[in-house]
Amino acid sequence: MFRNNYDNDSVTYSPTGRLFQVEYALEAIKQGSAAVGLVSKNHVVLAALKRNAEELGSYQKKIIKVDDHMGVALAGLAPDGRVLSNYLRKQAMSSKMIFNRPLLTSKAVLSIADKAQENTQSYGSRPYGVGLLVSGYDETGAHLYEFQPSGSVLEYYGAAIGARSQAARTYLERNLESVRETESVDELIVHGLNALRDTLSQDVELTFKNTSVSVVGKDTSFTIYDDEDVQQYLDKLDSVSNARNRDDDDNDEGNNDTHGETNETASNDVPSEDRMETDE
Amino acid sequence: MNHDPFSWGRPRNEVYGQYNHQIANATINNDADSGNLTNFPKMNTQQPIITGTSVVSLKFKDGIIMAADNLGSYGSLLRFTNMERLLRVGKETIVGISGDISDMQQLERLLEELETTEEVYDNDGGHNLRAPHVHEYLSKVLYNRRSKMNPLWNALVVGGFNDDGTPFLKYVDLLGVTYGSSAISTGFGSHLAVPLLRQLVPKDPDYENVTEEQARDAILNCMRVLFYRDARSLDKFSLVTIKKGEELKFEKNLKCDNQSWKFAQDIRGYGSAQL
Repeated sequence: MFRNNYDNDSVTYSPTGRLFQVEYALEAIKQGSAAVGLVSKNHVVLAALKRNAEELGSYQKKIIKVDDHMGVALAGLAPDGRVLSNYLRKQAMSSKMIFNRPLLTSKAVLSIADKAQENTQSYGSRPYGVGLLVSGYDETGAHLYEFQPSGSVLEYYGAAIGARSQAARTYLERNLESVRETESVDELIVHGLNALRDTLSQDVELTFKNTSVSVVGKDTSFTIYDDEDVQQYLDKLDSVSNARNRDDDDNDEGNNDTHGETNETASNDVPSEDRMETDE
Repeated sequence: MNHDPFSWGRPRNEVYGQYNHQIANATINNDADSGNLTNFPKMNTQQPIITGTSVVSLKFKDGIIMAADNLGSYGSLLRFTNMERLLRVGKETIVGISGDISDMQQLERLLEELETTEEVYDNDGGHNLRAPHVHEYLSKVLYNRRSKMNPLWNALVVGGFNDDGTPFLKYVDLLGVTYGSSAISTGFGSHLAVPLLRQLVPKDPDYENVTEEQARDAILNCMRVLFYRDARSLDKFSLVTIKKGEELKFEKNLKCDNQSWKFAQDIRGYGSAQL
């Protein structure tokens, strides 16, 4: 309240030309558990960490299939993710129906970007509070896009969103060469899980309950590996817990102190952060 | 029930008394007005007005050839002699249209819009609109319209290439009926041209043995035969050749040549010898 008067709605610019509501929406993504995406020549893998609200609760789904050739991983407000992925499904179906061809990944992601952008310049609406990693294989090859509620879309060879995702990005940057080169899908998945593992906080490890993996690519229609199915890939890892002894968790979250909020909430209570209600 | 076309489906007046025309918003107030069509409830196209006749097309070894004459008939009056009925969509797709010309022009607009939205906007390249996609789109449009009892009164042939580069040729008409074949003609051509084209491609896979020259000769021959026999045809026509790896070739203002009329002078009368 005392901070400024420019963050009440998404149609007001601050004197420095920023849209605070949009930036808050980007914060919502950082509260969500991490999702990682990476691309080899012919395949795209998504790996995501699922969270449960409490010990007895189920784990929130993080990867959504859009079509046989496309799927998304989300971080942030799951309902918003569902709305956007439903929209993508409609787009994919109408492309099949009207033109009898699979929807191009770039067109798909631009269509939701336009949708998100509209919410940043109309009164009474709010930006989507979800970030998506959109994976797809189409006639132009394997693609991975990061979608942000600001309406911006960028293509990546490797990308990570959500809590402590910087660690995963660092892993991907260091292993970019071998990720790009690999012909084997299993290897790509292991890379994805390694990156995802780096986002874990100290007392959490990857289990078949909290890990979700998807593959799409040449001659491979979009497939999600959950629960028992993901165990085979976890078995390929040297360790299922974060190798780094971290007591400086939040230093690798990058520049999320852009306007001074939220960092405190993250650093106070590290263990409970993985049981947050944000992802519900 | 009354079976008079102007009050079809209504109770008969002599049995049930004067019909209340306000029912179902029927606007005919009395039979005296029934000659004036503007008094009728909404009616959709019942018949084409300005029409284009046959489109003939053939697959050959590495492409498609398609022709249509330049005539727009108004009934039996050969009213417009410069109609272009072959439409290019994108780099390597051609749509030949016969039937109602005004509906053809509507389709022309739809295709133009399609090209701008699909080919220009948000296209990062490599994902171009090809013949199968155009055909699917048109078949959806035509089926949708006929399902609303308001058809676009046309028969179309779409030619181009499949995603894998093989020649593509498919038909769709005002009912939304579609089929693919190595030799397709619409209208009069389906009676006269297809039998001639089928000599080159007795079975569909045979198009692989047909050269461009053979295909061209066959199509030119079909256009000539159609000009002989189709009273709504013209000897001026357009011809499009699409060959894999080459620029689409669009020839306009071609003429039906080598017509044989010399025999005509020897034909006299209708039976018994005349002087």
